[in-house]
Amino acid sequence: MTDTAVQLEGREHSLHAQAHDALVPAVAHTKGQQHPIKLYLVVWGWLFVLSTCSYLVDYFGIHGHLRWSLILLFMVLKAGLIVAVFMHMAWERLALAYAILLPPVLVLVFVAIMVFESDYTHLLRAIFFAPTA
Amino acid sequence: MAETALTDTVASTTRPEGWRGIAADWSSDQRAFKNVSWGKAMMWIFLLSDTFIFSCFLLSYMTTRMSTTVPWPNPGEVFALRIGDREIPLILIAIMTFILISSSGTMAMAVNFGYRHDRARTAALMLATAAFGATFVGMQAFEWTKLIMEGVRPWGNPWGAEQFGSSFFMITGFHGTHVTIGVIFLIAIARKVWRGDFDVGRRGFFTSRKGHYEIVEITGLYWHFVDLVWVFIFALFYLW
Repeated sequence: MTDTAVQLEGREHSLHAQAHDALVPAVAHTKGQQHPIKLYLVVWGWLFVLSTCSYLVDYFGIHGHLRWSLILLFMVLKAGLIVAVFMHMAWERLALAYAILLPPVLVLVFVAIMVFESDYTHLLRAIFFAPTA
Repeated sequence: MAETALTDTVASTTRPEGWRGIAADWSSDQRAFKNVSWGKAMMWIFLLSDTFIFSCFLLSYMTTRMSTTVPWPNPGEVFALRIGDREIPLILIAIMTFILISSSGTMAMAVNFGYRHDRARTAALMLATAAFGATFVGMQAFEWTKLIMEGVRPWGNPWGAEQFGSSFFMITGFHGTHVTIGVIFLIAIARKVWRGDFDVGRRGFFTSRKGHYEIVEITGLYWHFVDLVWVFIFALFYLW
């Protein structure tokens, strides 16, 4: 890089810095993701509580539909907290949020397909491969 | 490129919100993600693709577990640990969960201090996150060793359905690999933060671009994703 180029680049930077300084008071809240530390600590606490709850479901040996609905509920709540607050999705523009969050929801269609498929496989195995002593 | 991102952040206050905003952003030509830098957008898109990979693992696990006629081993008993004279179900997995959640907490705070240009605290919190991550991987290695000693193999195990071993090694192995890569990534970025690379505009070794503190948030995105995947593994593999 030639000297002039370096100089030019340097000037551009100082200009940019000045322009930036001028803008800072008005837009300080939009620069980066800045949120109070307390928010993170509260979410952290909730994640601990929810994890403890889901562990207790197993510890107390809750069974049947109650077990599965509780496990799924705690799972979804934890995932939601992590994505929304820790990953800052709650403060992103909707264009990004929908682009990232909608496709995984479509995986549920795949889940439904595989539930039917495995039911069918299980049926065939039970009919034709059952141990006949 | 970084400059565009900055000016766009400023302009974002005047952009439309809600559905109108989505339509405007996506039909605006050039860039759909207006106030997000390319680095962050690419990390999100990578994480989306990684979501599909883990979805496929969990789906194949679901399919094998639902379609097998042999009873599935009870994870509560398999992963129980003897402490004192009592078998406590899943205790090691519970501790691993708490460790990973704590690492997410320290990471979130590191991002915060990074944007405040508080170098010492950012680097310290990132190293704490890496230490939690390394502890997690260590406990996972212990768990694998214990299970292998008890005779769990990808093709069979002493307690029931043969697919248990292959599902377990595949899912937790892939997750553990992600944690390990995350630890390396964290240490590398923490070193840069500590050295002040992002304050003096030092150029990076690979792309020779100047970095800024946003890389701490991007590293954080990856790390929180690792924690997120564990939430699903914990619920669907260990508790189900």
